[in-house]
Amino acid sequence: MKKSYGSTIPVLIVLGVIVVLWYGSAVLMNWSRQSDFYQRTDVTGVSFSQQLNDVLNQAKPLLPTPHQVAGELWKTVAQQAVTSKRSLVYHGWITLSATLLGFVFGTALGIGLALFIVYNNAMDRSMMPWIIASQTVPILAIAPMIIVVLNAVGISGLIPKAIISTYLSFFPVVVGMVKGFRSPEAIQMDLLHTYNASPYQTFIKLRWPIALPYLFTSMKVGVAASLVGAIVGELPAGGGSGLGARLLAGSYYGQTVQIWSALFAAAALAGGLIIIVSLAERLTIRHMGARSA
Amino acid sequence: MSRLQNILAVIAGLMALLALALPYGQIGDMQAMSWNHWPLILVLLASVAALIVWYRDMPFAAVGVLAALGGVVLMELLPQFDYALGGYWAALVAFWAMAWLFAERLSRAIAKGKVAERPYGILIPLIFGAAILTVWEAITLGANIPKVLLPAPSAIWDVLLANVPILVADFQQTFIKAVLIGYGLGCGVGFAVAIAIDRSPFLKAGLLPLGNFVSALPLIGIAPIMVMWFGFDWPSKAAVVVIMTFFPMLVNTIAGLNGSGEMERDLMRTYAAGYWQTLFKLRLPAAAPFIFNALKINSTLALIGAIVAEFFGTPIVGMGFRISSEIGKLNVDMVWAEIAMAAVAGSVFYWVVVLIERAVTFWHPSVRGGRA
Repeated sequence: MKKSYGSTIPVLIVLGVIVVLWYGSAVLMNWSRQSDFYQRTDVTGVSFSQQLNDVLNQAKPLLPTPHQVAGELWKTVAQQAVTSKRSLVYHGWITLSATLLGFVFGTALGIGLALFIVYNNAMDRSMMPWIIASQTVPILAIAPMIIVVLNAVGISGLIPKAIISTYLSFFPVVVGMVKGFRSPEAIQMDLLHTYNASPYQTFIKLRWPIALPYLFTSMKVGVAASLVGAIVGELPAGGGSGLGARLLAGSYYGQTVQIWSALFAAAALAGGLIIIVSLAERLTIRHMGARSA
Repeated sequence: MSRLQNILAVIAGLMALLALALPYGQIGDMQAMSWNHWPLILVLLASVAALIVWYRDMPFAAVGVLAALGGVVLMELLPQFDYALGGYWAALVAFWAMAWLFAERLSRAIAKGKVAERPYGILIPLIFGAAILTVWEAITLGANIPKVLLPAPSAIWDVLLANVPILVADFQQTFIKAVLIGYGLGCGVGFAVAIAIDRSPFLKAGLLPLGNFVSALPLIGIAPIMVMWFGFDWPSKAAVVVIMTFFPMLVNTIAGLNGSGEMERDLMRTYAAGYWQTLFKLRLPAAAPFIFNALKINSTLALIGAIVAEFFGTPIVGMGFRISSEIGKLNVDMVWAEIAMAAVAGSVFYWVVVLIERAVTFWHPSVRGGRA
C-alpha cells in the first residue's frame, strides 16, 4: 500500500506543531523568571491568566514567543526607514552585499580552478588534495584575523567579509565543476573529435553545457556557505552593522528578541538566495531546451 | 615536452641566469652576489646546465632534485642577510618554475605508465605544499613583511612549540569536550530520529523539506542563544554543535534509508524478513555511504560551530577564545599557531571518519575504484 502525500500539507502541519511546541517551551522556560520578578517587585495575587499573559510578553525572555519575534520583525522591517540603523532591511542589505560579492568571486574562482584542474593533469594532482584538505580546516576561525589584520592596513567594510565568503563558497563550485567538466562521455568526445572540433569548441559546445546542472547544484551550496561567511565576518566588528553585528549586540545586551529576529532575517535571506539560484537554474535549463523534470 | 613545460623550462633558465647576475641580499652596507655563496652558485649553475642539456626531454628526477636543493639553499640563505634583493627573488621564481616542471614531468610519466602510481603520485601534492611553505617563508622573511600582517611559518612553529601547554588546554576544552560530545550527540540523535521518522511517510513528507531547508540556514547564529541558555562553559558550545550536526545527519540518513532498491526489498520480503531484519541486513548497510557523507560534513561543521560559539563568551580557555583574545592583542603568530592546531585537528578528525568509512563500506564503487 502506497499513499502519496503532496508535501505542502505535511509541511504545514509539522510547522504548526513546531509553533505549538515553541509556545509551550516558551511558557515553561520563562515561567519561573516571571514568578521571581513578581516576588522582587512585591506583586501578589496575580491570576494564572494574568501571569500567562505576562510570561508570553516579557521584555527579555529566555525564549521569546513567535508573536514577539514576528512583532519585532514587523517593527524593524516595515516600520523603519530602510536607511535607518534600526531597520533590519538596512542590516540585511549590508550582509547581503558582502554575501553576493563573495559568492560571485567564489563562483568565478571555483570555475577557474576547475578549468585548470580539468585541463592540466599536474594541477589536478598537486592542487586537488590541498583543496579538499583546505575544507577540513575550520576556516571560519580565521575570520576575526582577516577582519582585524585587513583593518590594520586600512581595508575595512565590505571586502574583508567578502574574502571570507569567497573562501567558503569556492569549494563546492570547484568540486562540482571538476565533476561536471569531466562528465561528457567518451563517445561524445569522440563525436566532436570526428567533427574536427577545436578544444575551445569542445568546451563551448559540450563541456560547458553538460556541466551547467552541476554548477547550479554547487551554487546552491555555495550561496548558503557564503552567507554564513558574511555573518561570521561581521562578528569581530562589534557594534557595526549587518546581521552578524545584530546577533553580537543582542547577545551583549541580552536582547533575545533582537537575536531571534536577526536569526529569522538570516534564514529568510538564505532561503531567498537559494530560491533565486533555483529559479535561474530552471530558466537556464529550459532555455537550453531540456525538458523540465 | 609540451608547450607549458617548455615555457616553464625557459622561465626557470632565464631566472636562474638573472639570479647569477644580480645581488641576492643586503648585508649591512654590502650587496652579496651569488659567487659569495658557493652552494647558491653551484645549484644555480647546475640548474642552468641541466635545463640546457635536457631541453628536449627533462628527466623528472633531475629537475626535482635541483628544485629541492634550490629550496634548501634559499631557506638556508634567509637568516644571512637583512633583506632580499633581485637575485634572491629571481632564484625563488626559478626554483618555483622547476618545482612546477617537476610536477608536470612526473604526472606525465605516471600517465604514460612509466612510473608506478603508488609511491610517486603522492610526491606531487607534497611538493606543492612544500613549495607554498618555502615561498611563504621566503617572502615574509626576505621582504621583511610585518609580523602583524603575516608571520613566517618558522615563527609560527616557534610560537607553537613555546606554548604547548596553553594549546593542549585549548584543545581539550574545545575539541575533546565541546566538539566530540556535541558531534556524538548530534549525529546520534539525528540518526535515531531519522530511523523513527522513516516508518511514517507523513512525517517524512513533512520533515524532509524542512530539514533540507534548515541545513542550508546559517545555524551558527544560534550560538548567542545557546550561550545564554547553557552558560559560558563547554555545554553551550556542545549544544551549538548538536544543532548544527543534527540536520545534515537527519536528511542524509532518511535519503540513505530510501536508497535500497525495490528489488532488494522484495528479496527480503520473500525471505519473510521482519522490519528490523530488513533494517539491519539491507537498509542500514545500503544507507552507509549517505550516513558517512553526513559524518564527514559534520566533522568540519562541528569544529567550526564550537570555535565560533566561543566568540560569544567563554571561560578563559578554548581555541575560539584564544583566537579572539590574541587577535585583540595583535599576537598574530599565536593566532596562526592556534589555526594550525585547528587545521591538524580538523584534518585528522576528517581522515579518521574516512578510514572508518573505507572499512565499513568496502563494497562501494568509490572505495573499490581507486581515485574518485
